[in-house]
Amino acid sequence: MSAPYVPVLFMLALGFGFAALSVFTSLVVGPKRYNRAKLEAYECGIQPTPQAAGGGRVPIKYYLTAMLFIVFDIESVFLYPFAVAFNKLGLFALVEMVLFILTVFVAYAYVWRRGGLDWD
Amino acid sequence: MTAVAPAAFQQANIDYLAVLPLLIVFGAALVGVLVEAFVPRERRHTIQLTISVASLVLAFVAILFATKHQGLTFGYTDGATSRRLFALAIDGPALFMQGALVLMGVLGILIMAERFGGVGSDAFTASGASTPGSPIEAASARAGLITSEVFPLTLFAIGGMMLFPTVNDLIGMFIALEVLSLPLYILSGLARRRRLLSQEASLKYFLLGAFSSAFFLFGTALLYGYAGSVYFGDLSKAVSDTSLGLNGLLVAGAFLVFVGLLFKVGAVPFHAWTPDVYQGAPTPVTGFMAACTKAAAFGAILRLAYVGLDTASWQWQNAVIIVAVLTMIVGAVLSVTQTDMKRLLAYSSIAHAGFVLVGVLAFDQRGVSSVLFYVVAYGFSIIAAFGLVTLVRQDGGEATHLSQWAGLGKSHPVIAGTMAFLMLAFAGIPLTSGFVAKFAVFAAAIGTGGATGTVLVVIGAVCSAITVFVYARVIVLMFFSEPADDTVEVLVPSVGTTFAIAIGTLITFALGVVPSSLLDLADRASQFVR
Repeated sequence: MSAPYVPVLFMLALGFGFAALSVFTSLVVGPKRYNRAKLEAYECGIQPTPQAAGGGRVPIKYYLTAMLFIVFDIESVFLYPFAVAFNKLGLFALVEMVLFILTVFVAYAYVWRRGGLDWD
Repeated sequence: MTAVAPAAFQQANIDYLAVLPLLIVFGAALVGVLVEAFVPRERRHTIQLTISVASLVLAFVAILFATKHQGLTFGYTDGATSRRLFALAIDGPALFMQGALVLMGVLGILIMAERFGGVGSDAFTASGASTPGSPIEAASARAGLITSEVFPLTLFAIGGMMLFPTVNDLIGMFIALEVLSLPLYILSGLARRRRLLSQEASLKYFLLGAFSSAFFLFGTALLYGYAGSVYFGDLSKAVSDTSLGLNGLLVAGAFLVFVGLLFKVGAVPFHAWTPDVYQGAPTPVTGFMAACTKAAAFGAILRLAYVGLDTASWQWQNAVIIVAVLTMIVGAVLSVTQTDMKRLLAYSSIAHAGFVLVGVLAFDQRGVSSVLFYVVAYGFSIIAAFGLVTLVRQDGGEATHLSQWAGLGKSHPVIAGTMAFLMLAFAGIPLTSGFVAKFAVFAAAIGTGGATGTVLVVIGAVCSAITVFVYARVIVLMFFSEPADDTVEVLVPSVGTTFAIAIGTLITFALGVVPSSLLDLADRASQFVR
């Protein structure tokens, strides 16, 4: 039966009711005196500007580093279990693993040659 | 069902000849990345083009050999439960789709490589990371930078597409979906002209695509919860085993997975990205996407519908019927109001996706073969059509507004005539492949679809009639109205583009006049391996 949950529903209704009542009451009885400081964003971040510094471009150097990190991170995710079970897996897995590492290094070579590792 | 740890490592059986086409394409893409890294800039374009086309031709030859190696591969049969846990299914539909994708990929790449006398591909920007209109952009164009990365990216996309109809489990299907999608997101944003539109298209495609991938993955999780396995064979068996009784998981999972796949074919209500992306993406990429992505996604839908969820078809087929009806109607009706050539072709491709879905819903072998035939017929036509769109120019940029095509029949009868012929093929007029393809899917739907199939075909016929009006209007505009201004010019394409457009048009004609050989091939290739 749903009887045990009825109090929860009451609690929900009570909560919503209280919130609505408070907002409504303050709307009706509260004084409304605005000034410049009151209309500013308060503890909600900084004032937005139309354009970020440098024409809105965000440097993506760190993003490249982060992406490279993830590439090698994933590589080690596969390398660890492989290293643990190396004896059981045999030659087939070794060849597969070498091919996998080569594939990752193709991406690495591309980033290196195209200047992805130069910070400036 | 409880998960039991395997007692010992069991090595996967891999038939290397069966997966050789995939290995060739992915290997060539890796070589392409190395070329980007180590070869001097001015020689990259030629080398990349050679590698791409050569590897695709090689892959086609390998596909012919792979037909002798059909069956499940990349996995093992579990000794204790005798479950067949194979990741890839090399069978008729998979190999047919792979062959079609490779050939359409060659044409797509030839059009992408068009330079019109410039340094790099004419359609692609010199530096994709620069702000449109910025000094960096101008400087990189002056320095002769080119984006020849488009070739390895396209090869990766083609590899993913070849994998898509071949995979035999949901996780593999998700990986293939991502491998084909990620390069396409990048390619969409690399247009040389109207770059803001292109970048907007790329971002929209990426966000909506990521969303649909999430749907697919969530559906996969639910289906795994239902069947305790991601393999299509296990899924099908779990559905027929009625004692399970977790239909909530099954229905929700099947719907979500279908949402992910129907997004890729641009079926209504998951079509919203199609017109924007087709318009914004570089036109050769649009042609490639319209032909190959659609073919690959329909291959995947076929495998999911006929192998994985076949026994549960009563759970999801009504929803897909509604999607098919909506797709045909929305695609046809909205194409009437389009004034941009690329958007018009985009809405037309939505309508075509609806027609193919009618074939999918036939649920028998003829349904499979008609879908296979349809995507090939449509693919070659649409690649040629978008190839022609790249040639019509005003002030250097593509003249895609319909008014700019007015009177083209008088000034450039060959271009306008070819476009008119392709338009007739999209409309489904006899003596074009479009007629045979539509006839095949509609016949399959009437043959086995019963009353629902007949209703679908009636709606399809009405929508075809609506689209005939759209295409006829373009033809009338080209041949029977005066040119709005005479600054519209038609560029003379290189050998590669000419070849691609000519082959696309010839195949459209040949499949309309003598369709029997491909119909037979599609028929023989319509058996799924389980």
